Amino acid sequence: MQTPAPFEYERATSLAGAIAALKAAGAEARVIAGGHSLLPMMKLRLASPERLIDINDLESDLAYIREQQGEIRIGALTRHAELLDSELLAEHFPVFRDAEEVIADPVVRNRGTIGGSLCQADPGEDLSAVCAALKAHVVLQGPSGERIVAMREFQLGPYVTVVAPDEILTEVRIRTSPGAGSAYEKVERRAGDFAIGAAAAALEIEGGTIAAAGVALSALAPTTIEITRAEELLRGARPSEELFEQAGGIASEDCAPMADGRGPVDYKRHLAGVLTKRALRRAAARALQTEA
Amino acid sequence: MAVTTENLPSGEQERPIGFGRLKRKEDARFIRGKGNYLDDIRLPGMLHAAILRSPYAHAKINSIDTSAALAHPNVAAVITAKDLETLGLAWMPTISYDTQAVLAGDKVRFQGQEVACVIATDEYSARDALALIEVDYDPLPAVVNARKALDPDAPLIRDDKQGQLDNLASPTWEAGDEEAADRVFAEADVVVEQDMIYPRCHPAPLETCGMIADFNPQTGQLDIYNGNQAPHAHRTVYAHVAGLAEHMIRIRCNDIGGGFGNKVPVYPGYVCAIAGSIVAGRPVKWIEDRSENLMSTGFARDYVMHGAICAKDGRITGLKVDVIADHGAFDSTAQPTKFPAGFFHICCGSYALEAAHVKVKAVYTNKAPGGVAYRCSFRITEAVYLVERMVGALAMEMGVDPIELRMRSFIAPEQFPYETTTGWTFDSGDYANTMRVAMEIAGYDELRREQAEKRARGELMGIGVAFFTEGVGAGPRKHMDILGLSMNDGADLRIHPSGKAVVSLSCQTQGQGHETTFAQIVAEELGIPPEDVEVRHGDTDKSPYGLGTYGSRSTPVSGGAVAIVSRKVRDKARLIAATMLETRPEDLAWEKGRWYVKGDPEQGVLIEQIAARAYSGEPLPEGYEGGLDAQVIYDPPNLTYPYGAYIAVVDIDPETAAVKVRRFIAVDDCGVRINPMIVDGQIHGGIAEGIGIALMEVITFDEEGNCLNGSFMDYLIPTALECPDFELGATVTPCPHHPLGAKGVGESPNVGTPPAIVAAVIDALHETHGVTHIDMPCTPARVWAAMQGRPEPPQ
Ligand SMILES: Cc1cc2nc3c(=O)[nH]c(=O)nc-3n(C[C@H](O)[C@H](O)[C@H](O)COP(=O)(O)OP(=O)(O)OC[C@H]3O[C@@H](n4cnc5c(N)ncnc54)[C@H](O)[C@@H]3O)c2cc1C
Repeated sequence: MQTPAPFEYERATSLAGAIAALKAAGAEARVIAGGHSLLPMMKLRLASPERLIDINDLESDLAYIREQQGEIRIGALTRHAELLDSELLAEHFPVFRDAEEVIADPVVRNRGTIGGSLCQADPGEDLSAVCAALKAHVVLQGPSGERIVAMREFQLGPYVTVVAPDEILTEVRIRTSPGAGSAYEKVERRAGDFAIGAAAAALEIEGGTIAAAGVALSALAPTTIEITRAEELLRGARPSEELFEQAGGIASEDCAPMADGRGPVDYKRHLAGVLTKRALRRAAARALQTEA
Repeated sequence: MAVTTENLPSGEQERPIGFGRLKRKEDARFIRGKGNYLDDIRLPGMLHAAILRSPYAHAKINSIDTSAALAHPNVAAVITAKDLETLGLAWMPTISYDTQAVLAGDKVRFQGQEVACVIATDEYSARDALALIEVDYDPLPAVVNARKALDPDAPLIRDDKQGQLDNLASPTWEAGDEEAADRVFAEADVVVEQDMIYPRCHPAPLETCGMIADFNPQTGQLDIYNGNQAPHAHRTVYAHVAGLAEHMIRIRCNDIGGGFGNKVPVYPGYVCAIAGSIVAGRPVKWIEDRSENLMSTGFARDYVMHGAICAKDGRITGLKVDVIADHGAFDSTAQPTKFPAGFFHICCGSYALEAAHVKVKAVYTNKAPGGVAYRCSFRITEAVYLVERMVGALAMEMGVDPIELRMRSFIAPEQFPYETTTGWTFDSGDYANTMRVAMEIAGYDELRREQAEKRARGELMGIGVAFFTEGVGAGPRKHMDILGLSMNDGADLRIHPSGKAVVSLSCQTQGQGHETTFAQIVAEELGIPPEDVEVRHGDTDKSPYGLGTYGSRSTPVSGGAVAIVSRKVRDKARLIAATMLETRPEDLAWEKGRWYVKGDPEQGVLIEQIAARAYSGEPLPEGYEGGLDAQVIYDPPNLTYPYGAYIAVVDIDPETAAVKVRRFIAVDDCGVRINPMIVDGQIHGGIAEGIGIALMEVITFDEEGNCLNGSFMDYLIPTALECPDFELGATVTPCPHHPLGAKGVGESPNVGTPPAIVAAVIDALHETHGVTHIDMPCTPARVWAAMQGRPEPPQ
């Protein structure tokens, strides 16, 4: 049995209470949501927080997927399984279902949350790339109130985000628009494994032209990486195989993978290209409603 | 198409009395979560052990300071090599007559090696205290590449061994006839050579290894709870190692969550638990975690091989093989004494070769020891992989269909018993027939057409074939022993007055379904329902001596013992029946469950009636001692030789290089099938493992000897999603010398699957990408590299 180091544990009964508890406990306290990233790290003694603040009783406040003010808003405690099942999400942002189908396994998906996924900021984590491609914003609540941060500014490095020790991520917001299509492509060593490489693509197509584009990669750089040069290339262009191939070429150049047990750098660069192209192809087909 | 629908006895259908499909008796508790695994056992006053392990692959130990750990309030003791020396337990013998440090004193020789053991009131405290032990190491350069282990400048790993001047673990071992092989090669029309690696992998049973040792200082009795595959042999080893009296040691194997060869060896952790209990005078539980299991306990394979194969007049005529075996830091490979490379020399395969020659030498490296028989009879997996890859390469070179080449080269049915060029006597077989059954299930010709069409469209599809013959059920006393113990097994059968039976076995189930299979053997032989037969095993106080379960030996050896002991009881019952029927034994005839008078079938007595009589006050035959029981030890006259034909169909994504196994066809001939459902289950599990080995499982090290696959995040085992519906078929060629005609099957699928899948991957890429070989595991990255024309061996 893998055993964590000693720690204290507290169950929050309100969001304000959780924030207060975090503030009181200082830097060595951690929020625990689904626990599927934090507990394995504690059991391997890679993390040894002194105090856990459990927010799982805040489901009524923090677990939801709803449409509001031209946005889809997702509560931080929403589980992977709920993201996978949500028809509302599938309708606006099918990239979520694509990704959720290949995130971990049902046991992990029943507990793991979107908030935990984003805050973990694992470079190989899938939802960060999804949210980055969708140009999502996240809402952070702290002792001095609320702030809204764009996904682009959210990660500071591998496993490091802008979330302060006494802040809690409460919501993810994504603007909806007609003519949007999105898709996720992932290659993994085995079902349920983290990606060798993955690409998220989101397109808005108006009158046959790409009005907005988002491309983000997972596991292909030290952090989630947005391929801005590809986004610029796509914007204003007409969707085509050649265009997507070109965008893939850029992704292949601009990614920054590291060699590890999942594969060497050249293969990962190759994957960045293939997966970006495939994700764009599917995103466009969905936007144009021509998906086979 | 799944050919695995269960033909279970239904309401109208009779339950089999004897052989046949029968749900496993043990599953009633397993599927309800009521198994009793080691960690479920809690003894009063029990302490917990945790082991400090080396962070270095190779380092000198300058000092170990345990004072801070000892000061931890919940710590009862901290044991180091120094403490063990006083008990004479610092080093222990391995299965291969090497010695292994129980706790490292002089230096550490692999990452994860045992350095100190903390004994505390609970497992959390024990593990917390590990961080308080201070070890001062001087890191040394590490040997990680077996090919470089014998370089003159390679650092010496085993400086503890007198006279050991290099990293040679065992001298070159040979089989076959080198000169004859050279002659056959000289006369050949085609010769193909190939380097290949069977990479280091791990059996990874879901229940890790562990033990509770309970030494009673008052009585001197040592009670051990430990799920292992060979309880009687372990007891003998502990008696020798710990200097304890063998009759004062009792080992009980709880339910075991998988063994696969990993639970054959004696591990340092076990000796620490025993030493801890002797020191503390209380029970001590030690259970390793997942990382400890993967990083320190018995790995499998790790064979670096070079093969050459040749053909003349269109058929295979010769094989030459040169192997470097990587044993890690201590040689604890599992095999019978006279066979230092196990049964690897069965690599002449299922073919009538004119000559073959095999050379194996073994080296030490700074890696975990092991070389266990992971679901294979002592290196047969490596042997079959080698020969099947060579045959595949030869067929490719000759431009012949791989099945066609095999068909031309198989040992023919009339050649059995067949003496192979490397010294095996294959007992029986009709290989071509089994191959044809597999081709039919697969629709082989249709598959080849589909492949051609897909290739024309730029899609990559491959069809891979493997044919194997195993030698299992070790083994005959005159040829085989382990640590001087003959590889025989006992059985003890008692029929109670009510006709219910208890059969005790020396082998130990780890999930193979022994409680059902062995009950069915007694049922078949005595004609009583299998549910009336209780199978007892895994308790050294309650079962006869024998060497245990591995090498597919339970049915070939213990199964033979149970058949014979049942027949002995049947013969005894005949004597009683004669008295009951007032006739002579030779006037009686047997039908399932009953002795009756020849020529007057109405006159008969059931086994239940005979049992009642055996214990009654009524008269018994002259000289009959009473009761109805018997005991035997079975010495098998030969190994049994199951075989099979496997076909894999894979699709490869031309861009990402991801491999998907679309179909898998397995036709096994394991002789008579006692419970065909259990046989199917064994084959399912083994194919899944084989898919894992072929596609994802590997233990690798960086240049400093750091293990890169120390958790299930990095050591991937396959899931149901990687496994297609398995398409099984069977042919039945009874083993001529086994009492039941059975051959053992547990390991066949693990042996046959990897070469079939690798062949399919190569087949998919050969024409379009010129790929002729790829080493396992066929991960997307490695397959992609092969597609780029630069296949790489695993790190
Ligand atoms: C076997 C396995 C396979 C997996 N495979 C994949 C995969 O393929 N792809 C993938 O993307 N992920 C995978 N994961 C990770 C999984 O998705 C995690 O559950 C998820 O990443 C973390 O969510 P959680 O709710 O469990 O977070 P936790 O483990 O509870 O927390 C993770 C971190 O986030 C912090 N945190 C959590 N919630 C908040 C919040 N609201 N505000 C501020 N900080 C917060 C915690 O303090 C902690 O530091 C896998 C996990 C496992 C165990």
